[in-house]
Amino acid sequence: MSLDRRDFLKLSVAGIAIGAFPGLAFASSEIVKKKGQRVVIVGGGFGGATAAKYIRMWSDNKIEVVLVERNAKFISCPMSNTVLGGTRTIDDLTQGYDTLKKKYGIKLVQGEVKAIDSEKQKVMLANGHLSYDRLIIAPGVDFMFEQIEGLSASVADKSIPHAWKAGAQTTLLRKQLEAMPDGGVFAVSIPKAPYRCPPGPYERACQVASYLKNKKPKSKVLILDANPDVTSKKGLFMAAWKELYPGMVEYRPNAAVTKVDVAGKIAKTEFEDVKADVLNVIPPMKAGAVAAMAGVASVDGRWCAVDFLTYESKVHKNVHVIGDAVSAALPKSGHMATSQAKVCAAAIIELMQGQTPDQNPTIVNTCYSMVSDREAMHVANVFRFNAEKQAMVSAEGGGVSAQRSEVEGTLAGYWLKNIMNDVLM
Amino acid sequence: MKMIKQQILAIVCAIGVMLPIAGAQAETDKHARNLSASCAACHGTSGHSVGGTPVLAGMDKELFVAQMQAFKSGARPATVMHQHAKGYTDEEFELLGAFFAAQKR
Ligand code: HEC
Repeated sequence: MSLDRRDFLKLSVAGIAIGAFPGLAFASSEIVKKKGQRVVIVGGGFGGATAAKYIRMWSDNKIEVVLVERNAKFISCPMSNTVLGGTRTIDDLTQGYDTLKKKYGIKLVQGEVKAIDSEKQKVMLANGHLSYDRLIIAPGVDFMFEQIEGLSASVADKSIPHAWKAGAQTTLLRKQLEAMPDGGVFAVSIPKAPYRCPPGPYERACQVASYLKNKKPKSKVLILDANPDVTSKKGLFMAAWKELYPGMVEYRPNAAVTKVDVAGKIAKTEFEDVKADVLNVIPPMKAGAVAAMAGVASVDGRWCAVDFLTYESKVHKNVHVIGDAVSAALPKSGHMATSQAKVCAAAIIELMQGQTPDQNPTIVNTCYSMVSDREAMHVANVFRFNAEKQAMVSAEGGGVSAQRSEVEGTLAGYWLKNIMNDVLM
Repeated sequence: MKMIKQQILAIVCAIGVMLPIAGAQAETDKHARNLSASCAACHGTSGHSVGGTPVLAGMDKELFVAQMQAFKSGARPATVMHQHAKGYTDEEFELLGAFFAAQKR
């Protein structure tokens, strides 16, 4: 076999590439040709997609944005409990990324990130890499299945769904409810805070009860909460359970599930074995895997410490983290992720132009919870940057609804419409 | 010759004074824009609601500030706005009002 000059040249180029990425045994190439200053965003949920849109919008399209997302479409997790109740379908919560591409010129790469080299500022995918000047990771949460004996990702996919990311597991849980006999037990287990969407599990209990009340009124909803008390909107949820679903919803605090018997649908806590007909175990959570790849999950190996003026990681320069993955006294919600994304987007634009970011970020969070097919209630807060504490601190005057109402049920729907539009259109 | 020099000096001084002011104005405008961005979840991007909530884009500034103050004091009953309004200062109402008033409807 003889090598001609061209082959030799190809080989040596490959050799250089392998030398540059000793971890990868293939020649890596730039997936999208880099034109100018570039931000790569990993994760196209509420946080990541918002950051993408707002960087383009606020930089007059001067900064190049590449958005990496593994799913073909966006599915809203907020309001996905209503799929269990039956007032919405997953389709109602699903939207494509087309407008982000066409209207804002965001480059979308559908794929799974394999590694992140924060020294060389490259994100590795199976088919090549993406170089960045700044990286935003918006990885959401991943589940710590290992903390519950017997549970795993595949068990969750097949028989004991968490349904804590909207999609196939939400649909599976709804099907299990439909197949449940009247007089059956639906048990939901809640992990210790912090977890994504603090009021979400209690809202879920309401949505399930709303379905059962109409279709299978002899059934029970059992809440096994690892926390010592209801973590969000306590009075409002307690009132909803008592008044809307009397005798149906039962709440047990300090009931962390440590083990499951998959075949028998049994959840084990320190104190008891709970047999259910439909078992919905929501496992403890941590920042999505991409955070660990970037080496920025520094708080208990779970969450990411950031500078709240820029959302830049405290560990690596030029790596920003937004959304549920952030370690903060801020609720892990969709609205909060978009609020953080906008602070981060504005700061990155300033930094790339050699300017100082806004020193007074002030942001809002609102979470509506649907407690029946029509009624909702909310919690709303403004959060301000406190320079002394280097933290976001809740401002005066926030709080929850005076009572649940149909007006707020309607407004919750409009919230979803407006926020989906703000994120994706 | 001396006259021209003085004139140039005056112009240079004027620019020197104006630039920081223009810079400060731009910073204030951006801060107002950033403040308003959190409202978009319910009122749409830059105040362009797509349904159910009031459109804030193009809203008269005086009216805006008056509404925010009424939410804050409780004079105007609300489902949620009283809680947001209490989190902001009067100066911030002015900034937010100027931003939304400047958005095309
Ligand atoms: C959770 C959704 C939500 C968020 C977030 C929100 N608003 Fe509102 N806004 C409403 C609703 C609903 C109303 C109607 C009054 C009510 O029920 O609270 C309203 C009314 C208003 C009005 C009165 C408009 C008119 O025509 O009279 C103003 C002004 C306003 N909002 C400003 C803001 C500003 C500024 C922000 C951000 C700081 C904001 N809103 C954030 C939901 C929201």
